[in-house]
Amino acid sequence: MKERIKKVFKSSLGQLAIPLIAIALLIIFNLIRDPGFFVIGLTQNNDGNLVLQGNLISIINGASELAVLAMGMTLVTAACGGQDISVGAAAAIAGSVLVKVLKSGSGITGGRVLAAFLMACLVAMIFGSFNGTLVAIFKIQPMIATLILYTCGRSIAYWINGGATPTVSSPVITAIGSFIPGIPVPTPVLIVIAMTILFKLLFRFTSLELFTQSVGINGSAARLNGINTTFIKLLSFIILGVCVAVAGSIGVSRLGLINHETLLLDIEMDAILAVAIGGNSLGGGRFKLSGSIIGAYVIQMLTITLYAMKVSSTDVKAYKAIVIVILVVIGSPVFKEKFGKTVNRIRNNRNGLMEKGAEKA
Amino acid sequence: MKNQNRQRREPLTDTQLLMTITICIFLAMYILAMLLLKGGFLHVQQLFDLLNDNASLIIVSCGLTIVMIGGGIDISVGAVTSLVVMSCVLFLNRGGNLFLSVLLALGIGLAFGLVHGFLVSYLEIQPFIVTLAGMFFARGMTTILSIDPQKATHEGFKKLQEAKIEIPWLGYVAKNGNLIPARMEIGVVVALLCVIGVFILLKYVSLGRGFYAMGGNQTSSLMLGINVKKTRFLSYLLSGLLSGISGFVFLMHTGAGNATNAAAMEMDAIASSIIGGTLLTGGVGNVVGTFFGTLTLTTIKKIVVSSGLNDPWWQKITTGGMLCFFILLQSVVLRQREKRKKSN
Repeated sequence: MKERIKKVFKSSLGQLAIPLIAIALLIIFNLIRDPGFFVIGLTQNNDGNLVLQGNLISIINGASELAVLAMGMTLVTAACGGQDISVGAAAAIAGSVLVKVLKSGSGITGGRVLAAFLMACLVAMIFGSFNGTLVAIFKIQPMIATLILYTCGRSIAYWINGGATPTVSSPVITAIGSFIPGIPVPTPVLIVIAMTILFKLLFRFTSLELFTQSVGINGSAARLNGINTTFIKLLSFIILGVCVAVAGSIGVSRLGLINHETLLLDIEMDAILAVAIGGNSLGGGRFKLSGSIIGAYVIQMLTITLYAMKVSSTDVKAYKAIVIVILVVIGSPVFKEKFGKTVNRIRNNRNGLMEKGAEKA
Repeated sequence: MKNQNRQRREPLTDTQLLMTITICIFLAMYILAMLLLKGGFLHVQQLFDLLNDNASLIIVSCGLTIVMIGGGIDISVGAVTSLVVMSCVLFLNRGGNLFLSVLLALGIGLAFGLVHGFLVSYLEIQPFIVTLAGMFFARGMTTILSIDPQKATHEGFKKLQEAKIEIPWLGYVAKNGNLIPARMEIGVVVALLCVIGVFILLKYVSLGRGFYAMGGNQTSSLMLGINVKKTRFLSYLLSGLLSGISGFVFLMHTGAGNATNAAAMEMDAIASSIIGGTLLTGGVGNVVGTFFGTLTLTTIKKIVVSSGLNDPWWQKITTGGMLCFFILLQSVVLRQREKRKKSN
């Protein structure tokens, strides 16, 4: 029993090893580069609230949208063995719907914000189920199916906005995008925590996790065991739709405006990357939600570190690519095998030498 | 007797069927545009313009078709094209040699293909992540080289850029009575050569057949004695090389380097391959289909513009709709065939 627990612990830690090592390396690198990087201060912002500030806070805050999307992406990846590349475009649509409802009447109250968010959720879920239908019922590869929405999503958002980039200004929206008065932690971080708890509850009280994994590992075996594979795949896309609506709403609230071209630009690539860095197979099957969330923070930490080193925002991509390649090479099975062999050989050589030494003596 | 006849006639393979559908739809669309929209569509120049504008997209799609037939994906092609354009412009403007700049273009493409191929086939990392990193690197390097647009000022290059193939008998008489010959850029010839080259490779060379075998079933192709790792490596190398060529052709068309060049070209290339009947699962595909896929994709954009839907969002929404139509059509057609096979 004890051994079994050890085994489970080891295997789960093995999956998280790469993202945790990456975070540790980034922290060590930053400590050497500039210890002041980690200073967290309590300052007063423009609205007169006491808030936490510092690079660490901006990393955790800035990765919120990515973390939320990575959670949904993990489910889709696990169930369908493919990725949704339309999340950025779908988030633009959700954001446009949110702003459209907010602007539809005079005055923005809490109730209207709630209605707008629910509407955005509904629309995102409809688009999610469109993708899901193509994947689950028509058996099209996820990347191809979502290429449709990727192509036209931002144009649909443009169309909803009527060719403009409307702004919304209201204390409620500011509170969602930055800080709730009296709470020093940025609201997006609280939203991520809430979403994580929701997912954990979902996994705790339903068989979703088990079903998703079995559909991903072997679809026909899962079907023969009485799991409705079509429904599980569709459901994963609908859940991703909710994540998209949440991420889009955070993005809109942060800026106070909807820009269909730049809202969460290229985030689909980062979200897929977060899933991969988290040690999840992009071919589906077993997954670990925490890995993807840590992966999202790794990406954001890397970006902020590069910004702190005065790398311009357009050049960041090149350096990011190098780090990604290093991470995936270390994580690749072939490298692990070769590395393990070399370590063993060195160990054997050393043992051999010691034995020889002992014989001589 | 009837049954025997049916059996003797070789049925269309999946590849041929999907390609035939694409070509038919392209022809129908073009003829409808000629009948209903008239205007430019009645001149051969319209077709040549389509080719002129999209020569580099055609080349890139050829490379992507090879990778997709082998069961992989390469999303770095657009970014590599953009990097090649920028490097060649800067090289030429600093007094570089025209011949050497072509070599530079090929070299950059090959270098990307080499790294991608090594990481994917020998270290067994997922191709999506590898080429995503390649895409990030190429885009980042482009802006590191220059964030401002750069115009090519090299004399020899300008001559090459302005050189066009003129075919008088395909031209048309303008309103003032002058005959305007149909003009085709050199890049189009390069693109057509690439299509023919890849076609021959895929159809008659054992390496090309190896791509199909590898994409269809990796284990059985290994048992057939195909060196799967080497074949996969070569597919990425070829895709890289073709992106290098595409970069130079792109430069010959625009004559300037810009950080936003060839933005989202990889997705257009994937869409072209899919419309042309290549499946992302591998083993099915044809480069001729890809060629017509590119033409279909770009023709629909032109039709939207000419038919007076001036709002900026319609072009992409119709493209998405058409993509949806093709993807659904393929899915339905392939499933029908499978059912018939099973019932036989």
